[in-house]
Amino acid sequence: MSGQLTITQLEQKANYIREDIISMLEAAGSGHSAGPLGLADIFAALYFNIMNLKPDEPEWADRDVLFLSNGHTVPVQYAAMAEAGYFDKNELLTLRKLGSRLQGHPERERLPGLESTSGPLGSGLSQAAGYAYSLQYLDDSKHRFVYVVMGDGELDEGNIWEAAMFAGKYKLSQLVAIIDRNNIQIDGSTEDVMPLEDLRGKWEAFGWHVLEVDGNNIESVIDATSLARAITNRPSVIIAHTIPGKGVDFMEYDYKWHGVAPNSEQAKQALNKLRTLDGKITFEGAGVE
Amino acid sequence: MNYPLHPDILTDQVKLDPIRAGFGRGLKAAGATNDKIVALCADLTESTQIHLFRDEFPDRFIQVGIAEQNLVAVASGLAHAGKIPFASSYAAFNPGRNWEQIKTTIAINNQPVKIIGSHAGVSVGPDGATHQMLEDIALMRVLPNMVVIAPGDSVEAEKATRAIAENGHPTYLRLAREKSPVFSVEQSPFEIGQAYVLREGHDVSLLGTGAMSYQLLKAAQILSQNGIDAEVIHVPTIKPLDEETILASARRTGRVVTAEEAQIKGGFGGAVAELLSEKLPTPLKRIGINDRYGESGAPNELLEYFGLTGDKMASVITEFVKNTPQYHRDY
Repeated sequence: MSGQLTITQLEQKANYIREDIISMLEAAGSGHSAGPLGLADIFAALYFNIMNLKPDEPEWADRDVLFLSNGHTVPVQYAAMAEAGYFDKNELLTLRKLGSRLQGHPERERLPGLESTSGPLGSGLSQAAGYAYSLQYLDDSKHRFVYVVMGDGELDEGNIWEAAMFAGKYKLSQLVAIIDRNNIQIDGSTEDVMPLEDLRGKWEAFGWHVLEVDGNNIESVIDATSLARAITNRPSVIIAHTIPGKGVDFMEYDYKWHGVAPNSEQAKQALNKLRTLDGKITFEGAGVE
Repeated sequence: MNYPLHPDILTDQVKLDPIRAGFGRGLKAAGATNDKIVALCADLTESTQIHLFRDEFPDRFIQVGIAEQNLVAVASGLAHAGKIPFASSYAAFNPGRNWEQIKTTIAINNQPVKIIGSHAGVSVGPDGATHQMLEDIALMRVLPNMVVIAPGDSVEAEKATRAIAENGHPTYLRLAREKSPVFSVEQSPFEIGQAYVLREGHDVSLLGTGAMSYQLLKAAQILSQNGIDAEVIHVPTIKPLDEETILASARRTGRVVTAEEAQIKGGFGGAVAELLSEKLPTPLKRIGINDRYGESGAPNELLEYFGLTGDKMASVITEFVKNTPQYHRDY
């Protein structure tokens, strides 16, 4: 689907994804708000520009592969997948409910299009590295790319650095990691809980090509992934600086929204902001007062 | 009963070979017929015998260093890319160190990764408690989707390795370090999920897994000299358990003994206790390690110390048989 949509159209996609995240979380009554909202631009870029995918053929042999390592942000992936046509949008409201294919944390076997099962943090990069190793050394498949989205708090996990060392050793150049650098985790700011900086220096020391972008700027994200794919002697990591809760002002920057869902009043307020550009525009059918 | 046993097993000529060596040979053989097989190791390539595969298929060998969490999660990614990964280290670390990664990225994810836990049991010897993995059977058999196999000798380990390469499921293969008696022969059957009657008897069913099945054969010989006619069943697959063979034997003999070089709580003995108590309550004696850790010592010394030799088992079983009425015999 590369290059079909303009940046403005991609931004519109990100906004739809945000609306769906709010509606899903409200219906579910639990879940994580801040991370998924902050990642909406990155997921719009991945699903509608960056990745080579066929939503009507999720197992398509030539597809690019996305591992979601921080599984708690999966509402953003479900919303992007529904927007891309993997399944009907109505199903989004089944999130976290008994019998749903949309589990609280992603389960590969339940929903075609998910590449793995995740939730416990720290092992997505290893899996992505295993897949990328296969493409580079075993399959001679140079045209496919493996993307992995990680949280920043997740980088506390030792498993991440085992994988970072592994991918550096084997120069897995078809591996593109994206870190959602939103500076929050459940107990507070990442730098208070367990300092991550110098983050760039750490990844460079492990043999990675490091890019830093505004993760809420779709064009920058797309440019960074293009650069990452052009680096052929190292794995690449994109430190994507995002605003947690992006798009909903009362959630932005507030770590307390990391692990909670909006109630119906908050959801109404959030949707109102997302659908009307914070009340600056009104139009028929916006579905809000 | 059609399980051919090695003719020398109860003589001084019994052949000794490490179970892990059979794995090494089996993996090399499997690798020759299936190019999807890849082998990963965490800095223990020769110890786990995976060097046989590495030397033959260097392009399909992946060294991950001392990083067992990465070992299995990379294997999961390789499996998703269509490979059949064998991820090997010592059982103390794999699954001892990386159980959650195994659960999430392999078991829930249902990827056909083969987890190879070598050097299991007290017979690791002088390394002591930290390296004597006794909890692995319990850890792995509670995972839905996971197959758990503890081959009895090196010949069976070779067959088991080739079988799990093709079974399409997440699988744990438990191996031991020391040379142990080879009781099976090339023609002896091995199928995943199948238990084998090695010796028929009326008075008690002796169920063994791993190398303990050989010790039970020795015990049965001693018991027969004392007038106790024991049936010996080798149970290499702990999950899925061959309920039919075990229940049929328990129904005939009315007394059951299990033997394993692992914790009986949650281990193989635990699995048999669950089966019998739900489907055919039968007096049960579990032989193995009972709620303690191992310690340093020579391998044979430790087997003796923990009561895991045929001699020691024979006395325990004699007491058990004497003091336990036989249930539900179908005369």
